[in-house]
Amino acid sequence: MRAPSSDVPVEFEDVSVLVGPLALLDGITMRIAPGAPTVLIGPNGAGKTTLLRVAMGLIAPSRGRVTWAGRGNAPPGRRAIVFQRPAMLRRSAAANIRYALAAAAAPRATRSERIADLLALVGLSGLERRPARRLSGGEQQRLALARALARDPDLLLLDEPTASLDPAATKAIEDIVHSVAARGVKVVMSTHDLGQARRMGGDVALLHRGRLIEHAPVTEFFAMPKTEEAKRFIAGELLV
Amino acid sequence: MDTDASALHLVLTGDPGLYAIVLLSLVVSLTALAFAALIGIPLGAALALVRFPGREVVIVVLNALMGLPPVVIGLAVFLLLSRSGPLGSWGLLFTPQAMIIAQTIMVAPIIAALTRQTIEDLWAEYRDELTAMNVGPTLRIATLIWDARFSLVTALLAGFGRAAAEVGAIIIVGGNIDGFTRTMTTAIALETSKGDLSLAIGLGMVLLAIIVVINAFAWGARRLGEHFAG
Repeated sequence: MRAPSSDVPVEFEDVSVLVGPLALLDGITMRIAPGAPTVLIGPNGAGKTTLLRVAMGLIAPSRGRVTWAGRGNAPPGRRAIVFQRPAMLRRSAAANIRYALAAAAAPRATRSERIADLLALVGLSGLERRPARRLSGGEQQRLALARALARDPDLLLLDEPTASLDPAATKAIEDIVHSVAARGVKVVMSTHDLGQARRMGGDVALLHRGRLIEHAPVTEFFAMPKTEEAKRFIAGELLV
Repeated sequence: MDTDASALHLVLTGDPGLYAIVLLSLVVSLTALAFAALIGIPLGAALALVRFPGREVVIVVLNALMGLPPVVIGLAVFLLLSRSGPLGSWGLLFTPQAMIIAQTIMVAPIIAALTRQTIEDLWAEYRDELTAMNVGPTLRIATLIWDARFSLVTALLAGFGRAAAEVGAIIIVGGNIDGFTRTMTTAIALETSKGDLSLAIGLGMVLLAIIVVINAFAWGARRLGEHFAG
């Protein structure tokens, strides 16, 4: 059952996340607008995962404010996240999706059909009864994607969904993300892979040490980076 | 040699006295295990998931209760159920029910403590996913218990082992009455002291066999479950 209202756009207003003296996010102001995927890039520890968790509502900002379509403290009705290392529930692939459908209060009568559709979408038809934890890394990542989509989100957050996957598995994930985005779902994903940012991104946000360095449409970001950090990052230099 | 042979004879010929003792032992220990599981699993799961002031103290006490001497539990239950005790009017002293109560008290902390550890570990793995799916507390506990079910078999086995092997508590509250509250362990203790080693050895063989068979069955069920459920 779809929640009545959308969670997009997501607005970050001067958002900081502090752990003791350490700022995981430092004064982030950005708007995640409907449309093509937003890709978060930056070195390890830049704050990409924290930003995604804040956008999901899993972490409350220490300072500043996040709103989903103008609402603060919105329950995660229309958003879903795929973690970098998703935990598979100790049950079959189909039962993992069924669980997500039940948690999202999807109508009981439609669940079997939805499971078949979602497994087909992520290319796991035929593996319905396979224990989820026995699937390969790429298959688990696709199942996690199907489980997230079971929530029927209009905001889908992906934390390095292709990290440690081979090119074929990466392409499979990217194809699914493209098809999901084409259906009007707003995708926000983090990656280390600049090529992937070019392939996937509608807009790109570069983070470094918890700060938003630059946020621009993908062509503009790569053709005319405005900041020194962005130029160096695109050139393949290490940002430390 | 003669003693061993007659012990085997008792076992193989299905001696009614011996099998009545075996049956009572199983009924008492398995019933206590069921009650202890009903108490210990939800309690352990709640302790794993709910944060409250004094939680650490409760965990330490629970862990300490795992090592509680059976005779102390027997004594406490005896005082509770004795005619002048607070529950004396129930008339349960020297009955199998009193033995079940004593063994439940003994086994519940073991199951609760092992469940808490198992569920806490699984919660660390599942926390992000279940929170992101907006799963409420009741479904969360049910999910964790269900998904930890194969690991919880180990907790149940530990509880059963403790109950089945125990003498001190049930001899105090059961009284070791022939044909009524005599179990394998109390009978072994008695027959050994009387010098009737045939029955004692026969019961010992059966007790060992039961523990091996139950462990093998649980192990097989766990492996099968892991194969099919992951």
